[in-house]
Amino acid sequence: MAAPFDLNDDTVVVVIGTGAGGGVLANELAQKGVSVVALEAGGRYLPEDYVNDEWESFGQLAWVDPRTTSGDWRVAKDFSGLPAWIVKAVGGTTVHWAGASIRFQPHEWKAKTSYGNVQGANLLDWPIDAEEMDPWYTLAETKLGVTRTGGRAGLPGNNNYLVFEKGAKALGYKEVHTGRMAINSGDYDERISCQQTGFCFQGCKWGAKWSAAYTDIPRGEATGNLEVRDHAHVARILHDDTGKVTGVEYFDKDGNLQLQKARVVCVAGNSFESPRLLLNSASSMFPDGLANSSGQVGRNYMRHTTGSVYAIFDKPVKMWRGTTMAGIIQDEARHDPSRGFVGGYELETLSLGLPFMAAFLDPGGWGREFTSALDGYENMAGMWIVGEDMPQETNRVTLNHDVKDKFGLPVANVHFDDHPNDVAMRNHAYKQGIAIYEAVGATRTFPTPPYPSTHNLGTNRMSENPRDGVVNRWGQTHDIANLFVSDGSQFTTGASENPTLTIVALAIRQADHIAREMSTGNL
Amino acid sequence: MKTENSPRGLTRRQLLARATAAGAAFVTGSGFLAARDGAWATELSALKPDSFATLVQMARDIYPHDHVGDEYYVIAVKGYDTPDLAEDIEAGIEALNGAAQGRGHASYLAIGWERDRADLLRSMEDSPFFQRIRGGLVTGLYNQKAVWPLFGYEGASYELGGYIDRGFNDINWL
Repeated sequence: MAAPFDLNDDTVVVVIGTGAGGGVLANELAQKGVSVVALEAGGRYLPEDYVNDEWESFGQLAWVDPRTTSGDWRVAKDFSGLPAWIVKAVGGTTVHWAGASIRFQPHEWKAKTSYGNVQGANLLDWPIDAEEMDPWYTLAETKLGVTRTGGRAGLPGNNNYLVFEKGAKALGYKEVHTGRMAINSGDYDERISCQQTGFCFQGCKWGAKWSAAYTDIPRGEATGNLEVRDHAHVARILHDDTGKVTGVEYFDKDGNLQLQKARVVCVAGNSFESPRLLLNSASSMFPDGLANSSGQVGRNYMRHTTGSVYAIFDKPVKMWRGTTMAGIIQDEARHDPSRGFVGGYELETLSLGLPFMAAFLDPGGWGREFTSALDGYENMAGMWIVGEDMPQETNRVTLNHDVKDKFGLPVANVHFDDHPNDVAMRNHAYKQGIAIYEAVGATRTFPTPPYPSTHNLGTNRMSENPRDGVVNRWGQTHDIANLFVSDGSQFTTGASENPTLTIVALAIRQADHIAREMSTGNL
Repeated sequence: MKTENSPRGLTRRQLLARATAAGAAFVTGSGFLAARDGAWATELSALKPDSFATLVQMARDIYPHDHVGDEYYVIAVKGYDTPDLAEDIEAGIEALNGAAQGRGHASYLAIGWERDRADLLRSMEDSPFFQRIRGGLVTGLYNQKAVWPLFGYEGASYELGGYIDRGFNDINWL
């Protein structure tokens, strides 16, 4: 039967969420002839709809449904109701992402083995490794058109990059370039090359940056095997007496509760909504939530050790011009405990427009110290820190029964405390970032605290042993054979790299597995 | 001495007296606030002119940019001049003036040095009133498109074809 599918059609795979995980999975399954219903909580926007205006775009795309926060992380103080800056729209956060697409380093797949016992950290090795992931990474890089892979050229460096590069080289850094980016450096896959417009975070109006919104989603729909229902907010996953999932209940665009039957359900709502959904699906058979016999659903929330360094120079930089994140230093991404922490971090160029700089440079700051910094906005350069943070069992997403969303469902509370390793790494990165800019003549530098999280990982972790995590090597839940997790929440550990490429590679691999298991009758 | 009647019913002397009380930058009348140099004027619908003048000065003291004119601060706080909000704002301004009086000044606006006004604000920065005004300014001031060029920020570039031919890599001092 061709899309659209009937609510009672129990042969379909239901994919919840349409971002880097769900959007790619839905298309890959559709390409293989599998019938898919994708349920997306947000609306549908395309490049012509995106807005080159930070706050207006935020209002258009961001997930601003209520959430609560706790813990010692500064986000809980500065942005207590907004723990993450992620997207609620068809295509998910692939609309907003900056495009940095780098593979995990081999040792990062085996964090426990590589780093040993780190007190307070719930480290674990992934059940998969670099060798197994290599072909899937290649497929992902080809899909995304990642620069500096597959013979594709790098992007040219913008002003912000040129400052960053000069400082990096002055410090002796060797692995410095304009990044491996899912932003076209030449025409590729029916999309044009980057026009150096800036506003990568607001959705690429040229379509030069890969986003599931205008690649995988329409291609999947074109097969006739994929139906995407937008404004469909999933409330609960249902199961039968044998413990297999049978469908999902969701609120449609008119607020009416619908029930879509399913042969397989794949959860890809990002690392807050995915565990929230499993927990909100608790039943008499699964009183602690679905797939939670390990007690690990919602735990080990990771958000990368982040922060920014901005610097002011005595002459203009105009950092906002051009590709936002086409610049990387990888020398510090190595594991080298002599620096005082395990794991490593990347340094990547970053800029914010004036409105967001005012909100994020020093949240809550005011007075001359603050405004004199903004007075130097035109002469400012910026970089972002992306480092591996330690998984901790107590950093977790739980249900907050005191706060309900507009459908009356308990919202996610996000608790996060920095691990001492995270703090040591961040401080090291601040020091290096400041040194980079001082080497180019910075007159003032700003070690800027983390923004609301964009890299949300780990709350349904992958594990070899069902006791240690929620899903197996395929993203299939240990407890329920026809229930999968398909987003960054399946990450066992976070590594130091921006996660999207790995989420996409895992989704391509998972689609292959699900299609095979369906054809052999195992699913 | 013959008094000179203003169009709004206040004597010139009264107007000037009120203007002095409201700080050097502003001329207040009944239902309006204007720049002394005539650069801008705004009609008020709910807040007392002195209160609004105080609010504008407070906004500048929170986010002082010497190259940004008062008109942008006026726009940034004009949204509080509504019947719904006036009571809360007047109460906040009254508390601010009370704190100024506690330090021996006639009012907040009568404090001559920015440093002294900022010290006063710092002493009440955890108050809901201060945080409301400060938080509102983050977007109220910095999200005004007319303010952006004053900081060199160019805003949207898509309509101009991006910067690929317009200087994305034009830095010349490295």
